[in-house]
Amino acid sequence: MEKVVTHTGIGVPLRQSNIDTDQIIPAVYLKRITRTGFEDALFAGWRRDENFILNTEPYNKGSVLVAGPDFGTGSSREHAVWALKDYGFKAVISARFADIFRGNSGKQGLVAAEVAQSDIELIWKELENNPGTEVTVNLDARTVQCGSIVAPFQIDDYTRWRLMEGLDDIGLTLKQEADITSFEASRPAFKPQTLPARTAD
Amino acid sequence: MSTMQSPQTLAEKVWNAHVVRHGEGEGEARQPDLIYIDLHLLHEVTSPQAFEGLRLAGRKLRRPDLTIATEDHNTPTLDIDKPIADLTSRTQIFTLRDNCKEFGVRLHSLGDKEQGIVHVVGPQLGLTQPGMTVVCGDSHTSTHGAFGALAFGIGTSEVEHVMATQALSLKPFKTMSINVEGTLKPGVTAKDIILAVIAKIGTGGGQGYVLEYRGSAIRALSMDARMTICNMSIEAGARAGMIAPDETTFEYVKGRPHAPEGDDWDAAVDYWKSLQSDEGARFDNEVFLNADELEPFVTWGTNPGQGVSLSSNVPVPEDFEDENDRKACERALTYMGLTGGTPMKEIRVDTVFLGSCTNSRMEDLRAAAEIVKGREKDPQIRMIVVPGSARVRLEAEAEGLDKIFKDFGAEWRFAGCSMCLGMNPDQLAEGERCASTSNRNFEGRQGKGGRTHLVSPLVAAATAIRGTLASPSDIANTPVSA
Repeated sequence: MEKVVTHTGIGVPLRQSNIDTDQIIPAVYLKRITRTGFEDALFAGWRRDENFILNTEPYNKGSVLVAGPDFGTGSSREHAVWALKDYGFKAVISARFADIFRGNSGKQGLVAAEVAQSDIELIWKELENNPGTEVTVNLDARTVQCGSIVAPFQIDDYTRWRLMEGLDDIGLTLKQEADITSFEASRPAFKPQTLPARTAD
Repeated sequence: MSTMQSPQTLAEKVWNAHVVRHGEGEGEARQPDLIYIDLHLLHEVTSPQAFEGLRLAGRKLRRPDLTIATEDHNTPTLDIDKPIADLTSRTQIFTLRDNCKEFGVRLHSLGDKEQGIVHVVGPQLGLTQPGMTVVCGDSHTSTHGAFGALAFGIGTSEVEHVMATQALSLKPFKTMSINVEGTLKPGVTAKDIILAVIAKIGTGGGQGYVLEYRGSAIRALSMDARMTICNMSIEAGARAGMIAPDETTFEYVKGRPHAPEGDDWDAAVDYWKSLQSDEGARFDNEVFLNADELEPFVTWGTNPGQGVSLSSNVPVPEDFEDENDRKACERALTYMGLTGGTPMKEIRVDTVFLGSCTNSRMEDLRAAAEIVKGREKDPQIRMIVVPGSARVRLEAEAEGLDKIFKDFGAEWRFAGCSMCLGMNPDQLAEGERCASTSNRNFEGRQGKGGRTHLVSPLVAAATAIRGTLASPSDIANTPVSA
C-alpha cells in the first residue's frame, strides 16, 4: 500500500446523506474478477444524469469527496473503495461512515476523514461558491483545510498509522503466526470443520 | 468491550474466547486485537480478488477445513441446467470453481443439493453454532448471530487476510442491547420488529456496535425468525447482531450434518449455556421496544430506516425536523414516485418478491403459502418465489408448498440471491414497484429505476392478493377455494 501523509486536490461537494454502496457502485459492476479498472462504475447510475456533479467542470477532476452523513452504508463490497480510488479520489470526508466501508478504505489507502457536520456545511459552501477550490487532508495533523476553513477530523490511531506507513495487514499478522498456531491447538474439539464434507443425505 | 472478568455481555464473551493476541495500549490508542475466525464463508462475488492476492503473494489458504463456498449472487433461478447466459456472471462463477479446486475449498455449485444463499446454507448444514466467530465477504453475515455467534461482513482485503491467517485484526466493538418485551399480535413478524428497530435508531444508529436482541418477544421466536432479525442488523449500521443461544437454538442445531455428536455435543451444550449476557453486564447503549404495540411495517423510501406502519401514510418532508432528513425525504419521494400523505395501503404494486437471505427459509415460505393457499392472485401482479437454498426448495416441495404457489399464479424458482440485488436476470424494470421480503430498498438495488418496499412474507403474500400493499387482516374476507 502506498504511504499517505497529506493529500491536496479539488474538493467535490456531494450534498446527500446515506450514500449507500449500491449508489457508489451498482451491483452489475461487481461481476468483474479484477481489482482495478472500476473508474467507469463509480456512481454509474447518477453519472447518467449530465447535471451530476462529477459530470461538471472542474469537479470532474476532484480527488476529495465531501459527502453527507452515513456515507458507504449497505453492502460490504470493497469494490466501492476500488471505484473511488480508480476514479482518482484519495480521500472522502463525511460526518459519519458505515463501519465496513471505513475499514475497507483503510485497507486500500483511501482516507476516510470524519469531520463534524457543521464544518462540512462550511466546506460545501466554499466549494460551491468557489468551484475548483482545493481541499488538503493532513493525516499527520488530523486536519482538513479548504480555503480559510481548517477543521479537525477523526480517524482511529491504528488506521492512521497504517496509512502513513503504507503497511500491509497480512504481513503484520503473519508475524504473529506462532500465536495463531498455539491458539489453534487450544480450540475445543466440538468446533465444526467444513471438511470432510457432510450433508443431510 | 472490556476484557475484565466481571459481568460480561454475550458479545464480550465470544470476543474474549477468540483473542489470539491482545492489542497493546489503552483507550483510543489501543491497537486492535487479533481475533481467530472459526468459519469463513465464500461466494463468487467478493472472493476472486482475494484468491488472486494469495496467488500473487505465494501464500496458502491456512484452513481449508474452516472454509466453505457456495454460488449464490450471480446464479440464475431459471433453467439452471443450461449454461449461464450472462458471460460475465459465468466467468465469475467459473473463477470460483477454479479457485476452490486450486485451494482445496469445499464448494456447493449450482445444481448441488446444498447450493444456495451462503447465509442459508451455513446454518442448515449445522456449520453455524453458538459462540463461534463467522465471517464472509457479505454484509448480511450478521444473520449467523441468531445462534449467539459473533458474525460480521468483511471486505475483500479482509477475506484475503482470513484466507492467509484465519484471523483478523479488529478493534473491539461497542455493545447495544435491543430489548423487545411483550407479545407480537397475529400478522406481525420478526421482519416487522427489525424494520421498526431500524426506523427507531436510524441507518447509522448501530454504527460501531454489536446489537444484542433480548426480551420475551425475542425468546419466543424460532431460529428462522431470529435469523431475519440478525440479518438486518447491518441495515441499522451495526457490525453484527446477536441473540443468546437457548433450547430453541440447541434444538435447531442438533442432528444437523455438522452438529457435534456424543460427548462433543454434551461439552458443546455445556459451553453454549454459558453464552448469556451476565446479570449486571453493562451495555454501551440500550433501546426498548414494546412488541404489543408493533404493527406490520413497510418502507416508503430509499433506505431501510425510511419505514412506517402499514396502516399509516407516506410522510411529507415537513414531518422531518433535520434538514438532511427533509431533503432525503424529498429525494426519496421523487425516486419512489410517491406523494406525501398517501395511505401506504393505497400504493399499487407490480411485483412481489419472496426470497433473499432475510426471508427465504421454510418458515417464511410456509407463512406466505398459508395466506395465498386457495386464494386468487391479483392478475396484474407478478410474484416470484425464490427459496434460500436448494435444500429449502426440496423441503418446500416435499410439503407441497410449490404447488400452492404455482396454483396461486406465482413463479417457483431455483435458489439464490435473485432479485434482492439483481445481479442475475431477476430484475425490476425502470419504474416498476416491488413489495420485497429482502433487506435493501436503495435506489436501483433491484434493477435500474426499480422501486422497492421492504415487507414481511405475510405482507408480501397479502399484497399479491390485493394488488396494493396489504396485511393479512386486509384480505381476511377474500374468497378461499378448497
